[in-house]
Amino acid sequence: MALLELSDLRAHFFTREGVVHAVDGVSLAVEAGSTLGLVGESGCGKSVTALSIMRLLPTPPARIVSGGISFDGRDLTKLSERELEDVRGREIGMVFQDPMTALNPTLTIGTQIVEVLQRHLGLDRRRARRRAGELLAEVGIPRAHERLDDYPHRFSGGMRQRVGIAMAIACEPRLVIADEPTTALDVTVQAQVLDLLDDLRRERQMAMLLITHNMGVVAESADDVAVMYAGQIVEQAPAPDLFSRPEHPYTEALLSALPDLDDHEARQSRLTAIPGRPPDLIDPPVACRFAARCPFAERGDCCVLEPPALRELRPGHWVRSAHPTSERHLSHA
Amino acid sequence: MTPPLLTVSDLMVHFPIRRGLLFDRTVGHVKAVDGVGFEIEEGQTLGLVGESGSGKSTTAYAVLQLLRPTAGSVRFDGRELTGLRGETLRQMRRQMQIVFQDPHASLNPRMTVGRIVAEPLQAHGIGTRRSRRASVARLLELVGFDPSYTNRYPHEFSGGQRQRIGIARALALNPKLIVCDEPVSALDVSIQAQILNLLKDLQRDLGLTYLFIAHDLAVVRAMSDTIAVMHDGRLVEQGPAEQVYTRPQTDYTRALLAAVPVADPERMLARKAERRHLEPAVSRAFSA
Repeated sequence: MALLELSDLRAHFFTREGVVHAVDGVSLAVEAGSTLGLVGESGCGKSVTALSIMRLLPTPPARIVSGGISFDGRDLTKLSERELEDVRGREIGMVFQDPMTALNPTLTIGTQIVEVLQRHLGLDRRRARRRAGELLAEVGIPRAHERLDDYPHRFSGGMRQRVGIAMAIACEPRLVIADEPTTALDVTVQAQVLDLLDDLRRERQMAMLLITHNMGVVAESADDVAVMYAGQIVEQAPAPDLFSRPEHPYTEALLSALPDLDDHEARQSRLTAIPGRPPDLIDPPVACRFAARCPFAERGDCCVLEPPALRELRPGHWVRSAHPTSERHLSHA
Repeated sequence: MTPPLLTVSDLMVHFPIRRGLLFDRTVGHVKAVDGVGFEIEEGQTLGLVGESGSGKSTTAYAVLQLLRPTAGSVRFDGRELTGLRGETLRQMRRQMQIVFQDPHASLNPRMTVGRIVAEPLQAHGIGTRRSRRASVARLLELVGFDPSYTNRYPHEFSGGQRQRIGIARALALNPKLIVCDEPVSALDVSIQAQILNLLKDLQRDLGLTYLFIAHDLAVVRAMSDTIAVMHDGRLVEQGPAEQVYTRPQTDYTRALLAAVPVADPERMLARKAERRHLEPAVSRAFSA
């Protein structure tokens, strides 16, 4: 059984303008010790998915309407706030996009890590402090033990994210949820932080749910990839298979819209843009949510009338489309 | 041979660091731009890349004289800009426009789309109200924005549409040079491609010259003829795009290229190895 399993999760926002179907039937699984990359553009619901798992959605206006979140055999949607506090930080660590807002600016780094260790592991002050220093060293902060008494603003963006990672792994959680962990960082620092996360995950055999808008970041770090569009998973597959043989027209379009660093013809050619933009999630299309932008959906097509189901095209490769790449080639042959 | 449209040499922008309350004094300088030089031929694009704080945007502002350079020369279309003031500078500025990164912050939320795009024409006293209205419609059409929305406000549009409004405004005065300062970094990938294609089309159709600033090296490659790599206020490398990307001359450029995450797991392992190999060079560059 997978470590984390979402089944048909729906999280909606009840606003004055209407009900926003931010997460609308998401099913996914993160296996113990592996990394699942959840990728999609802004507003597709990937962060709301993460917050739902941690039960950190702002309620109201948001609420988990239906579906299950099973972590290590327990249904997180059924736990009380007290029980959840033991899960957060202890069994599931979280790394946020902006480490400056995740850290308390008025407390030293040491105080903040010590607090986590005392709360969850019941260490005494002295031992917690020693462990905090070790953790900072493990995430690659120079002169780690001296820096415990520094406030967050004394660290650069990359170093601050390392502190955030140290806090996330402090209690040896079995799962880390990283929501856009490198989006605020420069490209060389991003590479270092990704490499660090990957190394730590392997050493400690943690699982990771890596949420990002960046296809490159996913390709760097994920074992499996789930592509999200307009509140739904539209494709899920092992990373090598997804990047070499994308099936969903959206995944395909997203990959070809990316300029390629190694393309010698890039200056002369045009990029393959995706026309239009994602649908409004207050009143999403009843059928396929990508149909309006899909080059293969035709008027009167079944996918314009009713929603395509998520189906397994080949072992481990799931797609929610009436026109996956491999079937297109068949019908043209 | 025609001279380049823009020649920048030995450009310096230093900001004083002041201390003290009542009688403040200058205790040092931040050398944001420290001896930068480059040329751009008419109709071409120079891609200026570097990490945050490297001085890319400050360089652009100093070229446009939005910031007065501490020293150095900026020759545009045969004229030295650094000494110009008042009306002469205003006239030269018609030829040089800028497209900003954040289409939320760079459009006045209290002005309609029509007024935003007409403002440069109005500021320079060009045309009548009626002819300006016609120009606005033509400009919006040029950037692929439905001209029937001229009476709406910026917040009613998505980021991509807003960036089109910003581009239409930059085109209003028929400029020769457009500085694009991170024009797509706030946009999603699918929208980013639309805007990059638009900028390419406009360059081809109108013969525009671009100074294109971005931190995304793949985006810069798709746009640029020549590349300048900036680090700590200086150019560490410049040359034809093809050369910089395939045969980078400095370790800094090599490290920058190796750090870009590529959407291809098969190429990833080789790139990771390259990164580990270059790590000492990167940490040297950053501790400096």
